[in-house]
Amino acid sequence: MKNNADYIEMKVPAQPEYVGIIRLTLSGVASRMGYTYDEIEDLKIAVSEACTNAVQHAYKEDKNGEVSIRFGVFEDRLEVIVADEGDSFDFDQKQQDLGPYTPSHTVDQLSEGGLGLYLMETLMDEVRVQNHSGVTVAMTKYLNGERVDHDTTIKNYETN
Amino acid sequence: MNINVDVKQNENDIQVNIAGEIDVYSAPVLREKLVPLAEQGADLRICLKDVSYMDSTGLGVFVGTFKMVKKQGGSLKLENLSERLIRLFDITGLKDIIDISAKSEGGVQ
Repeated sequence: MKNNADYIEMKVPAQPEYVGIIRLTLSGVASRMGYTYDEIEDLKIAVSEACTNAVQHAYKEDKNGEVSIRFGVFEDRLEVIVADEGDSFDFDQKQQDLGPYTPSHTVDQLSEGGLGLYLMETLMDEVRVQNHSGVTVAMTKYLNGERVDHDTTIKNYETN
Repeated sequence: MNINVDVKQNENDIQVNIAGEIDVYSAPVLREKLVPLAEQGADLRICLKDVSYMDSTGLGVFVGTFKMVKKQGGSLKLENLSERLIRLFDITGLKDIIDISAKSEGGVQ
């Protein structure tokens, strides 16, 4: 594994209107690294999902928090870390609510939320979630051909 | 990052055109427009041709709309989906639940 990385860090208010700004930056970084159009679109969704969770969490708590984002640009991969400052929420429960839906789901069983984590897991190569005073999501996507094993699992780390 | 929602109603047929990005910022705007339409129990056709980005917040809005439409005895069709959008409905399993199409069934618009 190659470990020399360039880091780009951002901090934005935990408000919905800033998620698009993060996407624009991500798009620029990923495009410079040579990801394909589809890979960049996948990255945009996965990172937005993490930011959406952070923003909605801050909103629920009625806090004017911030979301920190760090892009780690490696030769063979992009690592994106999204961290909020809020109290952690129950990722175990969230994970149990993970999609996808099947045709056997009744209309009443369809939920308007809960697909975010599933999409992160599906669209990235690695996703790690850390719960402490806030929630930190670390996601990795390898540049094409750098990775043989593409099984993605969400690993949950409790640090309390 | 703005979203534009255009609604044309002809009695029980409602055609909605959405343009822009659907994310955590714009999804509430979209939901506000679609809920009253879904509540009418009408036949709702939504064109997504000009949607350049969408994530789970958008899926959530369409799931909510779908549930409301079903409850009221109407119908929902999502049309003109790009390959990207079809993939999103596909990997989440919603493709087999909500009526989506890469084409427009309404013919020339």
